[in-house]
Amino acid sequence: MSEQALKVVIDEELCKQCELCVAICPMHVLRISSKINSKGFHPAELFDNDKCISCGFCAMTCPERAIAVYKPEVEKA
Amino acid sequence: MKIIYERPKTLEKVVNHYCPGCHHGILHALIAEVLDEMNMADKTVGVAPVGCAVLAYNYLDIDWIEAPHGRAVAVATGIKLAHPDILVFTYQGDGDAASIGLAETLYGAIRGINVTTFMYNNAIYGMTGGQMAPTTLLGMKTTTSPYGRDPRREGYPVKMAETIALQDGAAFSVRSALFNPKAITETKNHIRHAFELQMNGEGFTFLEVVGTCPTNWGMTPVEASEFAKNEMVKTFPLGIKKDVKRSEAR
Repeated sequence: MSEQALKVVIDEELCKQCELCVAICPMHVLRISSKINSKGFHPAELFDNDKCISCGFCAMTCPERAIAVYKPEVEKA
Repeated sequence: MKIIYERPKTLEKVVNHYCPGCHHGILHALIAEVLDEMNMADKTVGVAPVGCAVLAYNYLDIDWIEAPHGRAVAVATGIKLAHPDILVFTYQGDGDAASIGLAETLYGAIRGINVTTFMYNNAIYGMTGGQMAPTTLLGMKTTTSPYGRDPRREGYPVKMAETIALQDGAAFSVRSALFNPKAITETKNHIRHAFELQMNGEGFTFLEVVGTCPTNWGMTPVEASEFAKNEMVKTFPLGIKKDVKRSEAR
């Protein structure tokens, strides 16, 4: 298991604040942050890592492909 | 944790020039993903159009050639005849493939050239500033149809996927979309199927992809996706229009 803690990692320099990921997220755990990137956009951010179900919809919908999604490995019984 | 989604290797890590929320980026990424999965990036030549996607050669790490306006299929024909064993696709907009390049696109299908054509249909001329395109919906306001498109004055929207499907040389013709994850997954499957048909030498493969143009439609990206989902698909019904291997599709 790697050290990766967040399930959704957004490359803030690639994000153009189109909000498609925010609109498509079925668990409503994404939002537009107050940070500003070098192009002047406010990048999206994950604000509730526990509620995220790692469905990958945000990554599929992102026109910039700025999103990487991680899924916790389930230990088989 | 295990990574389940990341940037495709074939997609160059640069900020693309498309407006925020434009579906062109999704289609680029899907093509990159399919090329990665098929391990074909080294044996692929893309033909870039004139239009919004004119700089497509900056974004996919494959070989590209830039065609004159509308002549992408003609250029692709030459590449395919010289190198029959490589994957050749053209990436065009609706103005490029359905307007100025209609003859080239249609004759690609009539002659059954073994290339794949992507036509990104956003019902407007995006790069030149939102003029009426042949695919503009009836009643849609553009800078050159300010009272809405009237069929008595400007005619009806052209339906490319159906037109291509009528030609005997076409192996696969489909209209798909990119407005939600289900549509995106289907489009990706269609791209893979089209590339496989091309490598088997079945004939001309055509994908009309219904996309958005938030800037020139005067909408936010989320509204534009909803418009594509609710309004565009009424004029442009999604689905496979022709498939020589119908039972193997999807």
